[in-house]
Amino acid sequence: MTHPDHRLSRRQLLALGGSVALSGALAGCGSNTGRGGGGAGGDGPALSQWYHQYGEAGTEQAVKRYAAAYTKATVSVEWRPGDYDQQTAAALLTDSGPDVFEVNGPTLDQIQGGQVVDLTDRIAPVRSDFNPAVLAPKTYQGRVYGIPQVIDTQLLYYRKSLLAKAGVQPPQTLDELVDAAGRLTTKDVKGLFLGNDGGAGVLGGTPLFAAGLELVTDSGTVGFDDPAAAATLGKLHTLYADKSLLLGAPADWSDPSAFTEGLAAMQWTGLWAMPQIKQAVGDDFGVLPFPKDGPAGRPAVPVGAYASAVNARSRHIDAAKAYVQWLWVDRTDYQEDFALSYGFHIPARISLAKKAAKLRSGPAADVVSFTTDCGHANPLLWTPASQTALQDALTRVIQNGADPSAQLKAAAGVVTSELRRVQKKS
Amino acid sequence: MRSSLWGPQKRYLWFWVFTGPFVVGLAVFAYIPLLWSIALSFFDAHNTVTPTHFVGLSNYASMLTDPAFTSSLATFAAFTLFIVPTTFALSLALALMVNRLRFARAFFRSVFFLPTACSYVVASVIWKMSVFNGVRFGLANTVLRWFGADPVAWLSTTHPPWYWLVIITVRLWLQAGFYMVLFLAGLQRIPRALYEAAAVDGARPGWQVLRHITLPQLRATSVAVVLLLVINAFQAFDEFYNLLSTARGYPPYARPPLVYLYYVALGQGQDLGLGSAGAVVLALIIVAVTVVQARWFGLGRREA
Repeated sequence: MTHPDHRLSRRQLLALGGSVALSGALAGCGSNTGRGGGGAGGDGPALSQWYHQYGEAGTEQAVKRYAAAYTKATVSVEWRPGDYDQQTAAALLTDSGPDVFEVNGPTLDQIQGGQVVDLTDRIAPVRSDFNPAVLAPKTYQGRVYGIPQVIDTQLLYYRKSLLAKAGVQPPQTLDELVDAAGRLTTKDVKGLFLGNDGGAGVLGGTPLFAAGLELVTDSGTVGFDDPAAAATLGKLHTLYADKSLLLGAPADWSDPSAFTEGLAAMQWTGLWAMPQIKQAVGDDFGVLPFPKDGPAGRPAVPVGAYASAVNARSRHIDAAKAYVQWLWVDRTDYQEDFALSYGFHIPARISLAKKAAKLRSGPAADVVSFTTDCGHANPLLWTPASQTALQDALTRVIQNGADPSAQLKAAAGVVTSELRRVQKKS
Repeated sequence: MRSSLWGPQKRYLWFWVFTGPFVVGLAVFAYIPLLWSIALSFFDAHNTVTPTHFVGLSNYASMLTDPAFTSSLATFAAFTLFIVPTTFALSLALALMVNRLRFARAFFRSVFFLPTACSYVVASVIWKMSVFNGVRFGLANTVLRWFGADPVAWLSTTHPPWYWLVIITVRLWLQAGFYMVLFLAGLQRIPRALYEAAAVDGARPGWQVLRHITLPQLRATSVAVVLLLVINAFQAFDEFYNLLSTARGYPPYARPPLVYLYYVALGQGQDLGLGSAGAVVLALIIVAVTVVQARWFGLGRREA
């Protein structure tokens, strides 16, 4: 008679063990929220701060050092590899998101959806010291929702020796660029690298800026439904059709290795790549903005900035705002260190950019003048849906040789309805 | 009192102890998100999962009139028509060959099955970076160079659409082994006596036996394989995303519906209502195709 009882109790024991293990596992899942802990000094509330993964060595240690130096809250930094925009967008929908986060935005939908906090009063004393081109897309109806950290830009790098050998001058117009890329192309070296998709992704609105147009006009309508835009895009297809473009390189446009390894004589890539290029080719390179095209044309470079924003669902909004102000407004020494000691970015503060010795000579000085004279940021009203529509049109024109004016018309239709949607809410 | 509540030998209790965690898991990770998504598809849900602005069927209307979405559905219908028979034929051929081996059978079975254990992401990266990169030292281009041909930018050329070659080879390499194992299991269940009887009746080995004995006996396996392949084709995501996406998005060709929805609904532009509407449309298509197929093949009917 004791036998069955004995068996049952053994089962009960197993069940108990199982439930203990299960609750242990659940506790393990729940503990990694990024709040609390994490080796940071200071008293006060625990704040979590997210950064996307910067490629440059030392950046992670630097931001953790800044956070540890803050005394009014315990800030734990999370360094997040992978698709950062999607991670933050998803985290903002929940209660377990970060308190403070850097964002390649915030987007208009995030601002209109009340997901980020108004930081206007925190930036007010020094608002005019921030580069207006990058502060404007963080500003909605006069209120600032993100504090720009550093300015990034993209430009055209060219190998001086290869151009000299081919007898080509650095191109000042798009026609000259098409011609130069053709003449620089040999069996083993392509003339120009605009990314593995032929430029549709990385260029975005830049060729339209260079044609003297805008993505969105000041009055909030489509700015590129124009014959000049079609003519410019047609020339991008010529580059592709001439087989002057490097395609299918192992590393895409954001990495300078195609340029430094001699796969292409010219490459469009970021300012961040300049130290690597300098190390590989010494002084054998020069920089250019995207060359102008057409009668109303002007050279153009895109500018953008990651901004520091505060999550509206944070449990310590005031502490989070105070921390953002401390780091990205008050501590100019950290801002300078962050911009210039690891990768190569331009400080978002005009006063810091002017002071920086590294930015005063050579190609770096050229780049600073490009960003101030011909820098264009994507406007806040330019939503991801609009971006996708334009990029699809560019891809079809560049790679398929589709009719530019028909493609631009289709994209303009999507952009118009997006603009209508986002302006209706305001 | 207590024992009757929990059933004889506490069976009810044990039933829930054993099934409970899975029921909870299924509910939390499958059914609740599913129903939530259906609900979201009727709302204007920009950057929120608890929307308040009811829009009726307008998300469905804009999704079904969106040329990018409808063309991705059409592309993937065509893709399905191609990839399902190809994978089916290749894995069946592999299974028939491996099954006939007299030696090293386990070795070949493992060799063909191994790619299944490889991650889609890793395989895509190898295909993209080493085998089919566009520069002269990529594997495929090295071979072309031996014959004096110019390098081809496999993933960036739309005329002719070389990117399909990359996508289809990686998919076949990854999937054929798995379906081969399903077919092998089916082949091994066919009684030897049938083949002996066929031989006695004078059936020639080869096509005649395959046509009249092997294929009819593999019917149940074949139906399952086709169903799985069709669902897989419509749910294509991993290798497409990893082969063709760039830091700035995804080109407008060879764009599977799920990849399109991912960019519409999840990226920085969180239009969760529209994305959910697209997901429901896709799910309904898969359900419809599966039901039609099941009817057609007589799935679930009593085995004759």
